[in-house]
Amino acid sequence: MIDFVGKKHWFFLISAILIISGIISLAVFGLKWGIDFKSGSQITLQFEKEVKLDQLRQELADLGYDRAKPQSAAAGEFLIRLQAISSDNYTQLKAGLEAGLATNITDSSLYTVSPIMAMGTVRNTVIAVIIASIGILLYISWAFRKMPKPIRWGICAVLALLHDLIIVIAVFSILGWAAGMEVDSLFVTGVLGIVGVSVNNIVVVFDRIRENLKRGVSSDFEVVVNCGIMESVGRSLNTGLATLFVIVALYLLGGVTIRTLILALLIGITTGIYSSLCIAGQLLVVWEKGEWSALLPWAKKTA
Amino acid sequence: MKKASKGLLIFIAILFAFALWVVLPNHGIGGRTGFTLGLDLNGGWRLFYSANLSMKDPSQTDAQALEGAKQTIERRVNASGLTEATVQIMQNEQGNFIEVQIPYTKERKISIDEVSKLVGQVAELDFREQVLNATGNTTWVTAKAVGSNGTEEKLTGAYLKPNAAPVMNPNTNKIEIAFEWNAEGAILFKQITTRNLNKPLGIFLDNELISAPTVQAVIEDKGVIEGNFSMDEAKTLAIQLNSGALSVPLTEIAPTEVGPTLGADSLKKSLLAGIIGLALIILFMIIYYRVSGLVACLALVVYTVLTLAVFKLIPVTLSLPGIAGFIVSVGMGVDGNVLVCERLKEELRRGSTLGRAVEQSFTQSWSAIWDSNVTVFIACAVLYWLGTRVFANPTVMGFAITLFIGVALSMFTQVVVTRAFLRTVVASGLAKSPRAYGVLEV
Repeated sequence: MIDFVGKKHWFFLISAILIISGIISLAVFGLKWGIDFKSGSQITLQFEKEVKLDQLRQELADLGYDRAKPQSAAAGEFLIRLQAISSDNYTQLKAGLEAGLATNITDSSLYTVSPIMAMGTVRNTVIAVIIASIGILLYISWAFRKMPKPIRWGICAVLALLHDLIIVIAVFSILGWAAGMEVDSLFVTGVLGIVGVSVNNIVVVFDRIRENLKRGVSSDFEVVVNCGIMESVGRSLNTGLATLFVIVALYLLGGVTIRTLILALLIGITTGIYSSLCIAGQLLVVWEKGEWSALLPWAKKTA
Repeated sequence: MKKASKGLLIFIAILFAFALWVVLPNHGIGGRTGFTLGLDLNGGWRLFYSANLSMKDPSQTDAQALEGAKQTIERRVNASGLTEATVQIMQNEQGNFIEVQIPYTKERKISIDEVSKLVGQVAELDFREQVLNATGNTTWVTAKAVGSNGTEEKLTGAYLKPNAAPVMNPNTNKIEIAFEWNAEGAILFKQITTRNLNKPLGIFLDNELISAPTVQAVIEDKGVIEGNFSMDEAKTLAIQLNSGALSVPLTEIAPTEVGPTLGADSLKKSLLAGIIGLALIILFMIIYYRVSGLVACLALVVYTVLTLAVFKLIPVTLSLPGIAGFIVSVGMGVDGNVLVCERLKEELRRGSTLGRAVEQSFTQSWSAIWDSNVTVFIACAVLYWLGTRVFANPTVMGFAITLFIGVALSMFTQVVVTRAFLRTVVASGLAKSPRAYGVLEV
């Protein structure tokens, strides 16, 4: 039997390191907002010969415009949205495309464009997630009303949910300056997806703890919680693995245009499994036992 | 086999057959023969307008006028149900342009011509009174009155509350647009109707006379616009009045078709990757949980077809956020089945008979399935309400609606379909050994 609850200090420490470094990264570097949120350039191009969208996408990436978003339009015309470029770069880009695709550009124009997605949309998505979290908190508190102090279950569930969301956002912030990872409009969708997956995981584990409490497995709350977590491991890993099959397949084989969404889900589902097994129930135990001072491993030894 | 479960299996078979028929291409009921796909997945129309900034209100800067027009257009397309349209301002040395991309409109009860009219028209409404000019002819002059701050104001559509709506006049059987003034508009309208009692009052849209009813009484807060409107025209005008007039006149350059914003090439790859991922899930479930895994996969197939049928029939607009909601709901469906399969193994290990183990596995996993699904359900309801009513945020709305439907149907398939299938398998006596359910050590 693995002692999930006994090792809680280590889990809290790992999460604390991730969250704190993430918050520092967010405070210092923020998120790297992609071209969806910024003014940029849009080019319309008409090629002499037929050009396929994937060829154009590849050619743009080869020329260093890997974040450009080409879109096919009527009769061999393409619209390409990309970061703001100068007219010199524009001329070079056109020459590069003509050479790479072995055809002439018969017609082209360059525009400066406004953002596709307003920052207000991001802001109100965040507000929506916060309000939804309050709904989640209230429902879980009600669903566990027969447990002692049900509001704690609701609060711990939402804390574990926020834990997952913060880690995903933090990883994107770190990847932003470390690997140039940009946040686009699909990231917003990814964050919403994580709310769904994460809440599901937490409630399933809480349910198992509740069942063990009702059965009276032990008078020690810590043992009850650990039993509940132990019995959920099989299910959590199997569901997690099954979902990750799809996500990893999409990440490795899927198109590049949805990659931020898939990466967000990949990180979110992984931390979701972790937080449901290693954080949510442990928070309940800490609260029950009033061990707040012993949240970190070294504090436990001195206690 | 019990009669009741036979009846249930037949019901599931009929439901599945119907859903499958609906999902097939070119089938459906009520004219819903295709999925309603978003601009990002399926492409649509690109409307391109040149903005005539020389005609803007001189008190605004160019940037303000363009931004105002962009916001007005966003309100208009949102109000007409084309929620995931994109609107952007484009500028170069040749001028200032506004590009609007909308999804294909076939499934959305609005034609591209109507959209282009709805978007591109300035739609400035004003009320005019007749005055005698020097030559003795009557002309229409925009009605002015003293506003609450003591200055003289023109009575225009800017003072309307955003709740204009087409109504049928029961006496004339003609379609009119009912409107209400805001507080300031009511102050102006009262003075103007008082002054023009028993005289005609001209209602002009973009400097064209729509109608000139005779003022019958002093009116403050509300009124109707008469005219020879068709229902579609009246709806368009109501949306335009509610969204406000464009801050700058637009000239349309012919609409063209555009491909999906996420790129057809990329989407094709992703679809294939998704299918491979699903195949892996099925393989995993069958290898790990054997018979119950197979049953769970069959139930998931039923679930997927049912959900897609509902998406088609409502219809739900499927954009990437919607697909993400759907994927999460499939994940929760898989999870529900894993919960049941794990419980089944536990019960069998404890030495329960197969029949009892199946019943127990459902009873005991029910509270987890119920509470986790209802929690997500509530989160979705909150998100949907915020995404439509409060924020007009199509990402949040699209995600919430598909997850909401998905979770509801997932609970249904868990309780009804998986259980009926498992009971049937157990009753058939085809797989009796606990090993067949993934229990390796007995």
